[in-house]
Amino acid sequence: MLQDKDRIFKNVYCQDDWRLAGARRRGIWDNTKALLEVGPDKIVDEIKASELRGRGGAGFPTGMKWSFMPKQSDGRPSYLVVNADESEPGTCKDREILRFDPHMLIEGCLIAGFAMRCKAAYIYIRGEFYQEAMHVQAAIDEAYDAGLIGKNASGSGYDFDVYLHRGAGAYICGEESALIESLEGKKGQPRLKPPFPAACGLYGCPTTVNNVETIAVTPTILRRGASWFAGLGRPKNVGTKLFCVSGHVNKPCNVEEEMGIPLKELIEKHCGGVRGGWDNLLAVIPGGSSVPMLPKHICDDVLMDFDSLRAVQSGLGTAAVIVMDKSTDLIEAITRFAHFYMHESCGQCTPCREGTGWMFRIMTRFVKGDADPSEIDMLLEISKQIEGHTICALGDAAAWPIQGLMRHFRPVVEQRMRDFRGRQAAE
Amino acid sequence: MPKMTIDGVEIEVPAGITVLQACELAGKEIPRFCYHERLSVAGNCRMCLVEQEKAPKPVASCAMPVAEGMVIKTDSPLVQKARKGVMEFLLINHPLDCPICDQGGECDLQDQAMAFGKSFSRYHEEKRAVTDKDFGPLVKTEMTRCIQCTRCIRFATEVAGVEVLGAVSRGEHMEVTTYVEKGIASELSGNLIDLCPVGALTSKPYAFTARPWELAKTESVDVADAVGVNIRIDSRGREVLRVLPRLNEDVNEEWLADKGRFWVDGLKRQRLDRPFIRENGKLRAATWNEAFGAIAAKLKGLDGKRVAAIAGDQCDAESMFALKELMLALGSANIDCRQDGSAADANARASYLFNSTIAGIDKADVILLIGTNPRWEAPVLNARIRKRHLKGGLKVASVGGVGELTYPVEMLGAGGDTLNQLVSGGHSFADVLKNAKAPMIIVGNGVLARPDGSAVLGLAKKLADAANVVRDGWNGFNVLQTAASRVAGLELGFVPQSGGRDVAGILDGASKGEIEVVYLLGADEIDTNRLGKAFVIYQGHHGDRGAHRADVILPGAAYTEKDGTYMNIEGRAQLGRLAVFPPGDAKADWSILRALSEVVGKKLGYDSLEQLRRKLYQANPRFQRLGAIEPAAWTAFGGQGEIGRDYFRPAISNYYMTDPISRASATMAQCTERFVPTAAGGKTGTHG
Repeated sequence: MLQDKDRIFKNVYCQDDWRLAGARRRGIWDNTKALLEVGPDKIVDEIKASELRGRGGAGFPTGMKWSFMPKQSDGRPSYLVVNADESEPGTCKDREILRFDPHMLIEGCLIAGFAMRCKAAYIYIRGEFYQEAMHVQAAIDEAYDAGLIGKNASGSGYDFDVYLHRGAGAYICGEESALIESLEGKKGQPRLKPPFPAACGLYGCPTTVNNVETIAVTPTILRRGASWFAGLGRPKNVGTKLFCVSGHVNKPCNVEEEMGIPLKELIEKHCGGVRGGWDNLLAVIPGGSSVPMLPKHICDDVLMDFDSLRAVQSGLGTAAVIVMDKSTDLIEAITRFAHFYMHESCGQCTPCREGTGWMFRIMTRFVKGDADPSEIDMLLEISKQIEGHTICALGDAAAWPIQGLMRHFRPVVEQRMRDFRGRQAAE
Repeated sequence: MPKMTIDGVEIEVPAGITVLQACELAGKEIPRFCYHERLSVAGNCRMCLVEQEKAPKPVASCAMPVAEGMVIKTDSPLVQKARKGVMEFLLINHPLDCPICDQGGECDLQDQAMAFGKSFSRYHEEKRAVTDKDFGPLVKTEMTRCIQCTRCIRFATEVAGVEVLGAVSRGEHMEVTTYVEKGIASELSGNLIDLCPVGALTSKPYAFTARPWELAKTESVDVADAVGVNIRIDSRGREVLRVLPRLNEDVNEEWLADKGRFWVDGLKRQRLDRPFIRENGKLRAATWNEAFGAIAAKLKGLDGKRVAAIAGDQCDAESMFALKELMLALGSANIDCRQDGSAADANARASYLFNSTIAGIDKADVILLIGTNPRWEAPVLNARIRKRHLKGGLKVASVGGVGELTYPVEMLGAGGDTLNQLVSGGHSFADVLKNAKAPMIIVGNGVLARPDGSAVLGLAKKLADAANVVRDGWNGFNVLQTAASRVAGLELGFVPQSGGRDVAGILDGASKGEIEVVYLLGADEIDTNRLGKAFVIYQGHHGDRGAHRADVILPGAAYTEKDGTYMNIEGRAQLGRLAVFPPGDAKADWSILRALSEVVGKKLGYDSLEQLRRKLYQANPRFQRLGAIEPAAWTAFGGQGEIGRDYFRPAISNYYMTDPISRASATMAQCTERFVPTAAGGKTGTHG
């Protein structure tokens, strides 16, 4: 269990002032100049050494991502874009940073931006996050007024601007290239890769898109040292992480914990346990709506980190743990996800545009049981036809929950169909 | 040059191309819907997925640049499965209405479903239906068939330069639409029909007319403007049903403007299908012999000086050649092919040609338009300028009024004064022109046809010399002709012979009674009221202005109904071919002249088109060198004198109605009403 001294996010529950004065009390903006003085390359090396992996879902090593940015400008400016379009169902970790500790993010922007020689940072915030946007903007204004960012940011001699941009409520704009498109004022549709944003991103300039949490932890890593951060958690899955636990637990909460904490411990210690006791657990979706669910027997001892969850054919995703007890209709729950992905598909490429709707319609019949068991295989095949064939990962994200359901609960689905046929025959 | 392996065969490919292009070089066919060579890459249909070694997923070959050592498989089980999957997704919401779809038989979706799809459907849910959109009188929409490839959006935005199409909504509700349902106001909108890989966008006038396999296909040239767009005429029986563009990188790439595509219904209306003779003020149908007899009787004993001939805008070179020979035999020097009174000088080729060539636009960095609106006078050429503009670094300026040209144009001034300033160097743009790497001056036909056209031409020549736009290997002086026959006419010397009268002189003489017989070869754009009491012979295909005034009408053939040679603005000889026979008694124009010559006792020395062409080639070998262009010598041309104070007007005021065929076309009338409200009688938005 994470000790209080190792906590990075000290105001997740808003027990302290979120404004600059409170932030300073918590050590934010404490001699930021000194952090910058080591120079951009040292900062990137330090982040590499800390083994920090992106907190947005994919878990890509942050230091390596930063090192893709050009060290010499070819005349184009570089940009840092912060992905604050937190829309993954079940996820609400960035929200707490944005509204209760915005200065952590802004200080992170300066450090990350400086490390990548960026001219400015754009924070793309989810449109529904009204209060959060107000707080972030207030914090940006405070930081400008205090000379922490802007010209000669924090007295470092480096000029750095931070802009806030509010989205208009589309899940797909959380995909980095769709986010860039949206930021440019276009329809939010993912771009083809290559070219990758580090070569050609926002306004055609080198760009790195990072999650809010990733950026927010960097100042602390630099202050306390890479080895401290790397010492937490398990090898290659280090540091602390904000977990968002929701669903059928007694006390749903956001909590910062060490990476690799057992799922059971996370739920029992922080959330008051599963409603009706651990034995009442049916399944857990460990990383937001996009990852496959896990049945209870796997949940019993699985560890919450990237590699452990991958080993059980799921993923850490955004670490949004959705707990479902035995009262849950899993088929209906996954159908709701299928509807979500159908609704949020951008419509650009064929498999996702056509396939998400098809899967939702089949799932709708599965809820009633009005289908033939052979259609389960057909549905899985359709999900495979989408997975890996699309421009962005939304197609994969739409396919996985259904694959997860069928992998672990196929008999339940088949039983539903038999019941339906039985009722039909009886009528 | 990166080396890569495609299906086990190593191949060296040019750097910078895509995997799809490399596969094509290797002779592998990659199916695709959204990819098009002339549009930006969208990568959204996912039909072109191929397997790349070491890549975790199949890659979209249309968007993937080639790299050294790449190993690509285009026909592996993975690829086949991916294609089948994409094909299935495309078809689940596509209506199975092929039997009533105009695209049937030439549908990419149909063809690729046969080649790469499954033979059955697993989709048992409800299909999507989409509201049709109003794209105007030319493009019919059936949006339920749309597969969202966005080719139309990219064409409209990139090539046509009109930002009227886009996609709204997302996911399976994504729809291609014009946002405000106002139609597609572009002269290139017909190309959307060619680009659409399915039956979502089809030709409205051609709807439910024919199946592609019923059509006879004839390769020919367009005469709606002077660009010489290469076309294919699709006909059935005696009817031309549609016109499609053919590929010619040097001329039209693969585009065709709307007039040349959609005016075909005009070929069936107002046609002259038998000879007519005016008796007691009224035209009556006659036989060929009667008509020739009437002409012979009128010409008998008449001094050649009192006879004149004017050739119209769509004449083939052969008929103009025959008419010229006939007039010379009759002792007349009064011939002119410049019915608009253009000052183009037949003795200086550089004065009437598009010397930089159409492909040369790709190299230009500064373009000065003088009294021309290329968007209406040559839409396909305008698209080429836009293409050059999109590449960046092109500056376009204009003297005289132009409309919206789909690229930014700097207005320098209204007319002669500005031109004078440019010549004297008193205008800042003179230096821009001078310092350009490949400057172009494009002079419109509208200014050459002014009464002071010769002086304007002379001044433009002076500017070309002053700004040094004619250099080693580059001739930046261009005239944008609007008549398909004009360059051939000038090449043939269908201009006043020594002591002869030009068009103005002929009309003048006719109204004064000095000219007694006027032979109009398809000439309709003259002021027929000024023909006075002259005996007018009209040879042509439409009952238009010329025929209304005629005393004898000789029914000729439209461009689709005869073999003929045309020269485009660059002086490029191209063959038009007979697709259908002329209606009724109408004949190919050269043969009418040949027959008439015998009746009037001045028999022309050829009995077949081949014999005529041999003589034509002797007279001017450029007509023989089909498809070739010959640079013009930079010689003196143009006159001097005061230039009027009125502004330089482009030649065309209504793109959709410029000639007998388009004036007879109901489709072009609809376009006029929709897109050129001022020409349609000043209708406004609140009309009706």
